[in-house]
Amino acid sequence: MPPMPMNVALRSAMDVMLERNDAVVVFGEDVGYFGGVFRCTEGLQAKYGRHRVFDTPIAEGGIVGAAVGMGAYGLRPIAEIQFGDYVYPGLDQLISEAARLRYRSSAEFTAPITVRMPVGGGIHGGQTHSQSPESLFTHVCGLKTVMPSNPYDAKGLLIAAIEDDDPVIFLEPKRLYNGPFDGHHERPVVPWSAHSLGEVPDDYYHVPLGQAVVRRPGEDVTVLAYGTMVHVAEAAAAETGIDAEIIDLRTLLPLDADAIEESVRKTGRCVIVHEATRTSGFGAELSATVQERCFYHLEAPIERVTGWDTPYPHAQEWDYFPGPARVGAALKRVMTT
Amino acid sequence: MSDTTPLHFDVPEPSARPGDVPDFSFFDVPPAGAVRRPELNVDPTEIRDLAYSLIRVLDDEGRAVGPWAPEVDPDALRRGLRAMMKTRAYDDRMQRAQRQGKTSFYMRCTGEEAIAVGLALELGPGDMFFPTYRQQGWLVARDWPLVDMMCQLFSNEKDRLHGRQMPVMYSARDAGFFTISGNLGTQFIQAVGWAMASAIMGDTRIASGVVGEGTTAEADFHYALTFAATYRAPVILNVVNNQWAISSFQGIAGGDAATFASRAVGHGIPALRVDGNDYLAVLAASRWARDRARGNGGPTLIEWVTYRAAAHSSSDDPSKYRPLDEWKAWPLGDPIQRLVAHLIGSGGWSDDQQAQLQGDVDEEVRAAAKEAESYGTLLDGRVASSTSIFDDVFAEMPPHLRRQREQLESGD
Repeated sequence: MPPMPMNVALRSAMDVMLERNDAVVVFGEDVGYFGGVFRCTEGLQAKYGRHRVFDTPIAEGGIVGAAVGMGAYGLRPIAEIQFGDYVYPGLDQLISEAARLRYRSSAEFTAPITVRMPVGGGIHGGQTHSQSPESLFTHVCGLKTVMPSNPYDAKGLLIAAIEDDDPVIFLEPKRLYNGPFDGHHERPVVPWSAHSLGEVPDDYYHVPLGQAVVRRPGEDVTVLAYGTMVHVAEAAAAETGIDAEIIDLRTLLPLDADAIEESVRKTGRCVIVHEATRTSGFGAELSATVQERCFYHLEAPIERVTGWDTPYPHAQEWDYFPGPARVGAALKRVMTT
Repeated sequence: MSDTTPLHFDVPEPSARPGDVPDFSFFDVPPAGAVRRPELNVDPTEIRDLAYSLIRVLDDEGRAVGPWAPEVDPDALRRGLRAMMKTRAYDDRMQRAQRQGKTSFYMRCTGEEAIAVGLALELGPGDMFFPTYRQQGWLVARDWPLVDMMCQLFSNEKDRLHGRQMPVMYSARDAGFFTISGNLGTQFIQAVGWAMASAIMGDTRIASGVVGEGTTAEADFHYALTFAATYRAPVILNVVNNQWAISSFQGIAGGDAATFASRAVGHGIPALRVDGNDYLAVLAASRWARDRARGNGGPTLIEWVTYRAAAHSSSDDPSKYRPLDEWKAWPLGDPIQRLVAHLIGSGGWSDDQQAQLQGDVDEEVRAAAKEAESYGTLLDGRVASSTSIFDDVFAEMPPHLRRQREQLESGD
């Protein structure tokens, strides 16, 4: 199996699905001839033609709205939003339309669409190129929300998302496109070719939605993480020597609550990590879930390590980003309680 | 101009408010037959003036005149008349049902029947219509069962939508009628997306979307025009200008500054502005846009000029914001009466036949209501069961919804 960076793995997923299914189309801002600002669709227009891979006007609401109409027709559209920060004009189409067509029409009309977007910081993007809007989507009934942490999962989950009969929000941690970033921004970039999960089959496979995976088995504390934070948590565990069990949620909705419960019942401790802002973040939902299911097994208060409740600052990016030091401190706190 | 001149802020006002004499002097109504009919393959830049004119076929005597007068046989016209009358009878009956508490909400389309009925009969069976909540005439014209429409309003066990959707928000895929959204305008760009999909797949089916004149202010309207123009999508973009968006007159959507049809001009989309109360003009314009779209000529925007004779909805009281009798002064009249006059004048219809037809549609609606009410209404409490609340959120019910359904069922 060839090693692939995550953006290449995503491209491979779209390539495989464009090949397998005539109903798959790919579009968004700059995704056609140019191949996308993060190169995720490079070469696909040349291979499949302008009718299946094409540029759109700069109108996220239009991109999502057109995708909903295409989905209702019977296509399997993959829409790219250039940055997650740009998705807000498309929220009405996602919340009131894509997420609700099946319910309001009793399944006469559905929106089997995949909406991809890069999220997260670490590229000096400031407040409009760094946000993690996952909790806006997990709060919407009728949407599925996915965030991979590595190339293998990225390809398998994206194929599963395209094949899913419901709308899927596919969030791509942009700092992971080129390597398994663990928050140590001062160190050289480690490429995916040096990581086992950078090994990606060329052909079709899928990783099921709704299933978490244990990235690092451990006995002392459960860490719930997704996207970039999986690698940050691994670094924190290694650097503190704490035997953390790190769960990569992969799909936020539907949530694999059983996997969470099983782990926390075993460890009795839980640290939740995400890059998004804290208040009403997805960590709050995770914390409530752990409390509801594992209260009598908890030996310490649940900890959340998150981005601060501020816009994503530019020059102070690394003071905002929840890196291994902050995660490590939280691990130590729950172990000493 | 002095730099000390205070700036002026302009909030448009309608020509008449409650207690005033209705005044439509601002509305320029050209004679029937005055507007030319361009070839189907016309360059949009050559017909920009049509966005500022008004295509009319029926003159004041009910004669069909001018280049837009469509070739249509009397049976087809009688079918359209029947659908319009049945729609109005249905509206009146369901409005009363709402007042009786049998449904929570209703919306009539009185005065606008010609538009949805004409489109329904001109578009093909495989074409897809993306309506607003005021195009029930499409379903009636396509003989979608009245009982099914009523059961949706009554939210009873026979409601195809299982009581989960607000009354009048029908969905009827088998009639080419897209599920209605309560959010304004979202369906407009979806219609374009559907049309793009049809073209991508090399299909022959076209789409048609509707917004009201008020909703042209929404971003979705502009997305739709931009995407339709960019990809030359096979779609008919309809703006039903019925003068009133709840209590806001068309000037609040910018209608005093330029016609709604003219929004298409800057996009290079051909625009037709049409007398929406003239059933023959509706047929002719629908046909033109349909054939242009089907022939790979791309999108057409049609502004249908009409008047919302009824309240916005059963929750609305128009006497609070417009003259009660404004509808009677509307210069384009009533679409049903105008078609009747045409049919009688051309010898294809009589007063007796008209009276007979009125009796027929009233009876048809009455019988359908009786049947639908026998399945339950909000008034007698026989509504769709709660067990379906959790269905159709997703194709397959995920674990958290299964748990919540168990909670509901166990009463915990």
